[in-house]
Order: sequence, then C-alpha cells, then structure tokens
Amino acid sequence: MADTTAPLTTADGKPLKAALASAQAKARRRAFFLVLPLLAFVLLTFVAPITQMLHRSVHNPGFTTHKDIGSGVETPIMVNLRAWFDENPAGTEPDEAAYEALAQDLVLLRELKAPGNVGTRINYERAGSRSMFTKAARSAAKLEPPYKEAILDLDEDWADPELWQVMRGASSAYTVNFYLAALDLARDADGSVVSVDENRQVYVKLFTRTLLLSLLITFLCFLLAYPIAHLLATLPLRHSNLLMIFVLLPFWTSLLVRTTSWIVLLQSQGVVNDSLVATGLLDDDNRIQMIYNQTGTIIAMTHILLPFMVLPLYSVMRPINPSYVRAARSLGATSWTAFRRIYFPQTVPGIGAGALLVFILAVGYYITPALVGGADGQLISNLIAFHMTKSLNWSLAAALAAILLGGILVLYWLYDRLVGIDNLKLG
Amino acid sequence: MKKTLVLTTALTSLAYGASAQEVTVMSWGGAYTKSQVEAYHKPFTAETGISINSVDADNPATPIKAQVEAGNVTVDVADVEFSDAVRLCDEGLLEEIDLSMLPAAPDGTPAADDFIEGALQDCAVANIVWSTVYAYNTANVEGTPMTMADFFDTEKFPGKRGLRKSAKATLEMALMGDGVPAGEVYDLLETDEGVDRAFAKLDEIKGDIVWWEAGAQPPQLLADGEVVMSTAYNGRIFNAAVGEGQPFEIVWDGQILDFDLFVVPKGAPNKDEAMKFIAFSTDTQRLADQASWISYGPARKSSGALVGLYSDGKTEMAPHMPTAADNLGNALVNNFEFWVDRDAELNERFNAWLAN
Repeated sequence: MADTTAPLTTADGKPLKAALASAQAKARRRAFFLVLPLLAFVLLTFVAPITQMLHRSVHNPGFTTHKDIGSGVETPIMVNLRAWFDENPAGTEPDEAAYEALAQDLVLLRELKAPGNVGTRINYERAGSRSMFTKAARSAAKLEPPYKEAILDLDEDWADPELWQVMRGASSAYTVNFYLAALDLARDADGSVVSVDENRQVYVKLFTRTLLLSLLITFLCFLLAYPIAHLLATLPLRHSNLLMIFVLLPFWTSLLVRTTSWIVLLQSQGVVNDSLVATGLLDDDNRIQMIYNQTGTIIAMTHILLPFMVLPLYSVMRPINPSYVRAARSLGATSWTAFRRIYFPQTVPGIGAGALLVFILAVGYYITPALVGGADGQLISNLIAFHMTKSLNWSLAAALAAILLGGILVLYWLYDRLVGIDNLKLG
Repeated sequence: MKKTLVLTTALTSLAYGASAQEVTVMSWGGAYTKSQVEAYHKPFTAETGISINSVDADNPATPIKAQVEAGNVTVDVADVEFSDAVRLCDEGLLEEIDLSMLPAAPDGTPAADDFIEGALQDCAVANIVWSTVYAYNTANVEGTPMTMADFFDTEKFPGKRGLRKSAKATLEMALMGDGVPAGEVYDLLETDEGVDRAFAKLDEIKGDIVWWEAGAQPPQLLADGEVVMSTAYNGRIFNAAVGEGQPFEIVWDGQILDFDLFVVPKGAPNKDEAMKFIAFSTDTQRLADQASWISYGPARKSSGALVGLYSDGKTEMAPHMPTAADNLGNALVNNFEFWVDRDAELNERFNAWLAN
C-alpha cells in the first residue's frame, strides 16, 4: 500500500503536476509560434498604423516642434511665446512682452523655413491665419521695438483675441481641439467651449445621417435578402446553384462598374426614364429624378451590399431541418405562427451576422455616395477622405475616424448585449 | 513605429531597385497626361536617354504628403495645382527648385522674366495655364448663353447645371453670376457678406445642380443630356468638342485661370534627373508643343508665338487658349493665397450648405 500523501511522480521522479504543466506549456508555445506570423502581420500592418493615426487626433506638434524632413532634426519652435503663455493665464491681454516673444520666434521660423507649417497649424482653427504668419516671418528680422506696434502695422489682425486663444491651445502638442472641431465645437476668446457658427455645423449632422442611412440600408438589405436566401436554401441543388450564380456575379463585379451602371439606368436621360417615356407612362417633362440624390444612394448601396446579407442568411438557413416547421403545422400552428415561432428564431444568428456586416460596411462607404448622391451624397467618410487628401488636416481626419470607430464599437457592444455575439453564425 | 517605417522603406526601395536613369512623373491622367507624354516625355528620353515612368492620380498632390512622411517616396516629379504647391512647400514636403537652372527664352530673356507672373515659386515651376469655364451643349440649349449670369439663369435657359463639388471656383462663379466684376470677387469673398451672397446665389439653382468631382465627368454629363450646362476644365471640353465632335461651346466670360506646376517631393529618389526633366519640359519649345495636344496655355510668354495646330493638323490652337486675348475679357486669376488660407473654412461651410 503506497503512502497516499506522497505526490505522484513520473518515471524519472518529476512531480506529475509539474510534468503536466511543462508539457502543456510546450503545446501552448507551439500553438503561439503557429499564430506568430499572423500576429506579427496584424500588428505591423493594422494595429500599429491605426494606433499611430489615432494618436494624431490628440497630438499635433505643428506649433511646438519643427522637424526637418530631409535630415530628421527636430527643433523646438515658438519657445518664447510658449513661455509667455505659461506665465500668463488664459484671457490675458497680450502685452509688449508677448509681441516681443512672437517677433523673436518668427525670426527663428524664417530661418527654419517653417512659418507656413506653423501658420497651417493655426489655420486649422482660425481661417486666414496662415498668410499672417508667412507675411510676418518675411519681415520679422527687420522688426524694431516697440514690437506691438510694429507687428500690428503688418496686420492689425494680430490683435485678435481669438488668434491668441488658438495659439495658446496649439502651444501644447497634446490637445482635444480636433475632437471639438469634429463635433462642431470650438473655443472662444476666453477658452470656453462653444458651438461653431450655424452655417459651418456639418459633422454632427453627417454622423447622424450616416448612421440613419446605414440602418435603413441594412433594413432594406434584410427585407430583400431574406426571401432570396430562403429560396436558395430550400430549392433543389441544381436550381439553387443557378440562383447562387446570380447572387455572386454582381458580388464579383467591381464596385465602380456597379455604381456607374446605376447611373446609366437611373439618370434622367437614362434607361429607366427613357423606357417610361417611350411607353407613355411618363411625360417627357416629368422625368423622375432617381439619381444624384438620396434615393440614388440608397438604391446603389442596397444593391452593392445585398450579397453580404444573402450569404450569411443562406448558410444559416441551409441546415435548418424542415421537419420542425412541419411538426408545428401538424400540431395546429398556422403558417404564420410556425414561421414566427419555429423558423424565424433559427435564422436570427444569420440575420445578426448579415446585418453587422452590411451596417459596418455601409458606415464606411464614400465612393458610391459621392458618385450617385449629388448634394446629399456626403457621408462622414467623404469628409474623412477630404481631410486626408485635400485639406491635409490629418489630425481632424483622425478625430473624425476615432469618433466613428468609437460609435461602431458602442453599437457592437449593444448588439452583443441584445443578441449575443456568440450567436453570430457565418455558416 | 519609426523603425518599422524605416524597415518597410528599406524593403520597398530594395524592391524598386534604384536605377539612376529613370524618372517617375505623376500627373492627372486622360488627355492631359497624353499631352505631356507627347510633348515632354518622349523628347526628353530621346535627348538624355533617361526613361520616364508615367503614373496617374486623381490629384497628384494627394500621395505626396503620405509618401514623404513615411520616408517612402516613389515619385520624382508631380504635376499639382497652385494652392497645393504652396501648401506642400510650406509644410516642407517639397524640394526647393534652383530657378537659375531654367533655360532662357530663345531671344535671351531670362526665365525669371519669361514666365508669367506667379508661375515661378520656391518649390514649383508652372508648365500650363488652365481655366475653369462653363460650357453648354448646343443641342439642348435654345439661344446663346454669353455671360456668367446666364449660367445661373434657369428661367432664360432651362435645364440642369453641372458644378464641381468644391468651394473653389464655385463661389467665385456665383459672385460673378450675381454681377460682381472679376476684379472685385476676392475682396468681396474676404468678407462674410460676400460669402453669404455667393451661397445665396447658389441657393437659387440648388435644386438644378448635378455635382461632379472628376475632370472627365462634365463632358459625359453634357453628352448624356443630364445637364445642359456645366463648369469644366477648358481642355476637357476642347478635346470633346474638337477631338470627338461633340456639340459643346465654351463661354469664356468669368473664366477662372489657374496654374499647374511641377514639384519634386522631398527625398525623391532621382532628384537630379527630376530637376533636369523640369528644366527640359518647361523650355519655350516644349510648352508650345504641349499646346498642340490639349488647349492649355503655356506658362512662358515666349511660347505663345510658337503655338501651332492641334494634333488633327487643321485646328488653330491660339483662339482656344484660356490666355487668348479674346477670352480674357472678364477673366479671374485664381488667388492662391486666398485659397490656401480659406480653403478649409469655406469647404467646411460649403459641405454644411450641401448637407442642408
């Protein structure tokens, strides 16, 4: 009879627990090495750039550091003015010392060829500032005391309290001002947060519009895809394969081709209108405007995103056993009740997967709305693209993108609470 | 992060294999790139043996910032609009260009005096003058639109209008359509009242506007009959009308002149060859040659006299140039300083106006 208190050991005397642990650790390590390439790839090409981009939304050193692109040398700039800001609280009337600091900093800017950069940074928040910096820097070396008068002689806008507030805000590289701008807010002369002028408010409206339009398109896709997917899942294979081709063919066609086809079909001199006029259903003067407006956006996007709803629904409906519905019918359920209580609940995971796919894709669409949406074809992604490529205000683009990303994550969390993410089935 | 950028850059530059005898030139595509290939690229390769790799973008200014900041520059020369050239230069993303290397005119006038005022910048050399005009399809318009006011008059000339979906050029045209003479447009746009007035004018025809974004769209919209009039880049209308026989007429009243300029992104792999290419392409003869492929005006005064026939061999180019004397009656020169300053603000307001 062995002593029961002695720990179990392997043949070579190692405790069994430790041996098991080391064996499992080895297996875990091997598994980790298997996913390591993917992990490295995702980190390098996906997580790192996105993090860097999001970092830009709160960090913009345009007013604090000048980096020479050729040599990579970083020089602190606007040092004197930043020192003045540190000594004087917000709302202080800029005095002679402030203007002197500004003049000294402008001289350095001129040497570094950086006035345009600094001006651009201020221009993000106060239009018209960029040329004030470039002009003032050109004559900075010639400025004589008293500096206040000399600088105001160049341009009386230098006395604008709003400009000083913007410079104060920009004097720290980390700022939330880009998030304020992305929510149609700004800081007034004493630094408190206020709404921007009514005729410049655009972002909140576009966030709302993007959200509502994406929800509508998701719902329309669901309405259209549900019967198609059901038909595909219940027909015998040789018929359903043919129908499947009809679903996949547009799916494989280029996005631009599909978008342009809708233009050809729907425009007022297009196929649909021409046929209606030819058959006498429409008067030539009353052609229907179906494109270059919200209608066009909804039609084209619903069509483009439809396969993303059909495929998950189909793969969930395919394995559903028809005998459940038959059993319900034989127990006296009407066809509507059998559908509502037996069939439909089994397809919910597919609806969830399809809706999530369509919705998240729709929120990020901007090429299609830009081409077919006319004046209403502005979604929030169009403005992100605009700030990335045209206005070059990457910090604002990053702030808008971060808000969009945050909104999607909140919706995802809600979805998880309501439906449960483990109910999601793609097949 | 920096390290990974350096690493990927090193890898890509290995992949590209820096051959010293090549220049990558990025331009706008379509008929415009074709004109540059014929007038600049082919003769340059013939003369120097340096081959040219021509690539296109919707707007070549767009990739420059990303490429330079990532330290992965693949473009040596880019053809960009004026305000972009100034802004990119300000942000330190462009190489400075030594203007003394530009050849003098045949009569000995130094380049600095031969180029049109404003065509030479610290980091950019202009090659063409193009303009935003409005054109109409004669098949769909009864009568003859003559002025910018006619473009905004949907009672006299019923039908839809095409406009570029951006504040630039649109606001100026709205003011000119409201009767403001070209010379006063920018002074007025500096004020809030002026901007309000421009948007009020646009409001009058808002329901009749079809917005376009790419230069190839207006000729298409006009040909389809989707719009009866549209603003457009003048060269595109010329090519559709003369090259393809479309019934389009340009109205030069209120045209807005702008430069396109050659720039060299900071850290371009073949900087020396790029500079050589710019000096070669912007000499008097090359600029005149380009005009026989597309109706954009040369940026040198001395090229004007050498502009000959269109590539069809029978159309005189001179009268189709935006810079022709007859077309300059009420022309506006795009104020780049104004747009570099106010582009973001006015586009924000423009986007808000569109969304309402």
